[in-house]
Amino acid sequence: MTLASLSAAWPEMLLALAAMALLMVGVFRQDGPGTARLVSWLAVATLVVVGVLAIFVMPEEGRKLLFANMFVADVYTTFVKVLVLGAAAVGIILSIGYNEREQIARFEYPVLILVATLGMMVMISANDLISLYVGLELQSLALYVVAAFRRDSIKSSEAGLKYFVLGALASGMLLYGASMVYGFTGSTNFSQLVTVFGQTGAASVGVIVGIVFLIVGLAFKVSAVPFHMWTPDVYEGAPTPVTAFFAAAPKLAAMALFVSVMVGPFGKLIGQWQQIIVLISILSMALGAFAAIQQTNIKRLLAYSSIGHVGYALIGLAAGTKDGITGILVYMAIYIVMTLGAFAVVLCMQRDGRMVEDIKDLSGLSRTRPGMALMMAIFMFSMAGIPPLAGFFAKIYVFMAAVEAELYTLAILGVLTSVVGAFYYLRIVKVMYFDEATESFDANTGRELSVIHVAAGLFTLLFFLFPSALTQLADQAVQSLMGG
Amino acid sequence: MGNWPLLSVITFLPLVGAVFILALVRGDREAVDRNARFMALWTSLATFIVSLLVWINFDDKTAAFQFVEKADWFTLPGGYTLTYHMGLDGISMLFVLLATLLTPICVLASWQMKHRVREYMVAFLALETFMVGTFSALDLVTFYIFFEGVLIPMFLIIGVWGGQRRIYSAFKFFLYTLLGSVLMLIAMFALYHATREAGAPTTDIAQILEFARTKGFDTGLQKWLWLAFFASFAVKMPMWPVHTWLPDAHVEAPTAGSVILAGVLLKMGGYGFLRFSLPMFPDASIYFTPLVYVLSVIAIIYTSLVALAQEDMKKLIAYSSVAHMGFVTIGIFAATHQLAGDQTLLGTQAVQGALFQMVSHGIVSAALFLCVGVIYDRMHTREIARYGGLVNRMPRYAAVFMVFMLASVGLPGTSGFVGEFLVLFGVFQANVWVAALAATGVILGATYMLYLYRRVIFGRLTKVDLMDITDLNLREILIFVPLVILVLWMGIYPAPFLDVFDASVQGLIQSFKSGACIGNPACFAVQ
Repeated sequence: MTLASLSAAWPEMLLALAAMALLMVGVFRQDGPGTARLVSWLAVATLVVVGVLAIFVMPEEGRKLLFANMFVADVYTTFVKVLVLGAAAVGIILSIGYNEREQIARFEYPVLILVATLGMMVMISANDLISLYVGLELQSLALYVVAAFRRDSIKSSEAGLKYFVLGALASGMLLYGASMVYGFTGSTNFSQLVTVFGQTGAASVGVIVGIVFLIVGLAFKVSAVPFHMWTPDVYEGAPTPVTAFFAAAPKLAAMALFVSVMVGPFGKLIGQWQQIIVLISILSMALGAFAAIQQTNIKRLLAYSSIGHVGYALIGLAAGTKDGITGILVYMAIYIVMTLGAFAVVLCMQRDGRMVEDIKDLSGLSRTRPGMALMMAIFMFSMAGIPPLAGFFAKIYVFMAAVEAELYTLAILGVLTSVVGAFYYLRIVKVMYFDEATESFDANTGRELSVIHVAAGLFTLLFFLFPSALTQLADQAVQSLMGG
Repeated sequence: MGNWPLLSVITFLPLVGAVFILALVRGDREAVDRNARFMALWTSLATFIVSLLVWINFDDKTAAFQFVEKADWFTLPGGYTLTYHMGLDGISMLFVLLATLLTPICVLASWQMKHRVREYMVAFLALETFMVGTFSALDLVTFYIFFEGVLIPMFLIIGVWGGQRRIYSAFKFFLYTLLGSVLMLIAMFALYHATREAGAPTTDIAQILEFARTKGFDTGLQKWLWLAFFASFAVKMPMWPVHTWLPDAHVEAPTAGSVILAGVLLKMGGYGFLRFSLPMFPDASIYFTPLVYVLSVIAIIYTSLVALAQEDMKKLIAYSSVAHMGFVTIGIFAATHQLAGDQTLLGTQAVQGALFQMVSHGIVSAALFLCVGVIYDRMHTREIARYGGLVNRMPRYAAVFMVFMLASVGLPGTSGFVGEFLVLFGVFQANVWVAALAATGVILGATYMLYLYRRVIFGRLTKVDLMDITDLNLREILIFVPLVILVLWMGIYPAPFLDVFDASVQGLIQSFKSGACIGNPACFAVQ
């Protein structure tokens, strides 16, 4: 086994080494905001380099299996990894100014994000229940710490603890499910599981119980109803840049893992798990729509909104077809951009040096900060799925897949909940555009935030001009995952 | 100029103007407001002129789509490529003109607007793009994007520049319309799915029409799809009992917002019935015609009575719109009654009447809202009781108002007469009872409009605050002159307008008949 033969895993190796190197940089330099800033930008650079490398070493065709078939690299994994790396990089950039203002600027933060990202990459590339678990835990443990990063805040500590306890429970369920699958099939490897189920065509009760537990664990990680309880509290309690990161990268990684597990080893058993996914999807869309109406805190609102979006993305998985999986990838990519953009606006919500988080604090933003209000309005209309914004194309893809799979009930319930959801997205537009102006936000929140929300806003607004750029890539990714 | 993509120019020119206003107009507030106004006016006038060019070059001898533009857009997972596809036929031609005519008029009517002028003009120009796009899109997805995109600028226009209860009305407008539209979206995917099952996947409207004419969709599927499309168009129209958003939206919207709402947005529903429901789902249309009749007759009689009781002028005109749209829907669906022998003429008349009524109503109701706007600008109230005897101080206004009032009533010689007459004439042959009941609406219409006119214009001028009210100024005369000319022209010599859609309506009825007769050659012999 030479280094060259491991080329498909180079990005992960580089990221691991870089994370450790940056830890050293942090330790041996003088402690303070300067170090944190340096390490943060170095971490961003690392993520960019790793992303470029991932594209560079992507197997041209087919799937490349490594480490006794526990690790897989193909167009699908590369597509998701590049998105995750991008989301992580933006997540770090969003945190720099915030952490300094809140006096929690410590170099451990970007390093932990790098470690979590490494875990996500392993998850995405997992081709075995064991490597899946290792990746998932590496990610989760880093995220528990990051959620409680603001040690002096009770809310932040509570968020971290809650996330840890519930996350550990979910991991336990996932492990239990994995052990059931192993016990009844004699294998943990995805490639072997495919052949096992391909031969028998049916699964024993034990395997089905195992799949159900796996779904529970994964549903927790993507925060789908009824395993979503942690989401609003963690989103509200964690420092805002952490929330932005949580809403983007880990969600995408977990969703990609969910997809590759369900359509990979258990793809032949779709008859057994399809109805569970349909139910989870409907519940997530409905709860995301109805529970968000009552929220007054913008972070909690975005938490419920993210639950709803997971429900829409899961429509694609419920369909279980190639169209559906493409739909998920397109949906999640667009969702990440909108979410990061919206959080970049939320991070600008600061008065007299203090963060404000209530929806009513946005009152009259269109008078005081017209540009920012316009971008936020674009994100809100887009999340509501109103054409011609990007969110509409995301919804087209999953709903079309549902209709193609003849899941009419799911599709109709989905669009109906999207009308309910439109109500609370419109409410934010209403607060910004119809209500009287209040005191303006501080102007010194940093240029990087403006760059991010303007870039995300332009992407969302102009997506209709170049949709193929994204959809063709997603298409190729799904081709490599599910075969031509 | 045959190679110019004229239709895309009309569609996107306003948007370009909007971007220019957003990007370039800078300086102190006075200058910004003035430049934004002129920019919007010139852009919308240029658009109108280009649309006149299209009208001049429009060939009314054919039912085929003209000025067609087609370009690949993006590929769906199944390998199907969505296209950007635009084109006009006789059915959509006049609606495009209506939209491009009313936008500059709205800009002029809002000349005195003081509040956030720049954003206001941007919203109207964006709205124009979506309206024109809706009527000229020839692909389901393109159509849907324009159709629903309308909601964003209209929501902001009502919500930012509206009256007291603007927030409630804006939300009601948005959510009502969205609820109808999303069901249509699913139905569009189901259409695509059905054509894919049949081996020819398409979202192209022209191809789907051809498919419906030659192969036809399964009758059971047709009924579901018809209902989903109906949910969208009935809300947009609006038909009783889903009309309740309209009075709220009209009352709270600024004058120009009401003009666009009544003049163009309501026509999207009728356009949708003619473009989608009737030709694509002929069996379901026949099946559901009684339902449409019942809802329309209730709309005509009930909302006319409601209009009679209104104290607010805008609300009165809003309810009268619902009643007038009732005529349109019975006219459209009278086409489903085909009798033995050569009876194509029958459906043609009713549908032509419906189309003419829509265009006429687009101008008349828009003008009536402008009339209300004129006195609202002076007195800041829409309450009928606060007025009276205006003829003494505003003779020109009284004359203009009278023209539109009589057109709304349907007096011969005005545009309102031609549409209602053709509809009733066609419907009478299809169903006597429906025609008889609908005709009572004409009487009620005359009652509430004349009653309104008497209370506002005639009587003694006793109210103190009305003593120094001024008559129409030059800007207002400029707004009304083209509308008065059009109303009289369409009433006295309607042929040029009827000719525009004659061939297309014939084609529509033909394809409806052949679609409905698939697998049943004797279908129209007995009915």
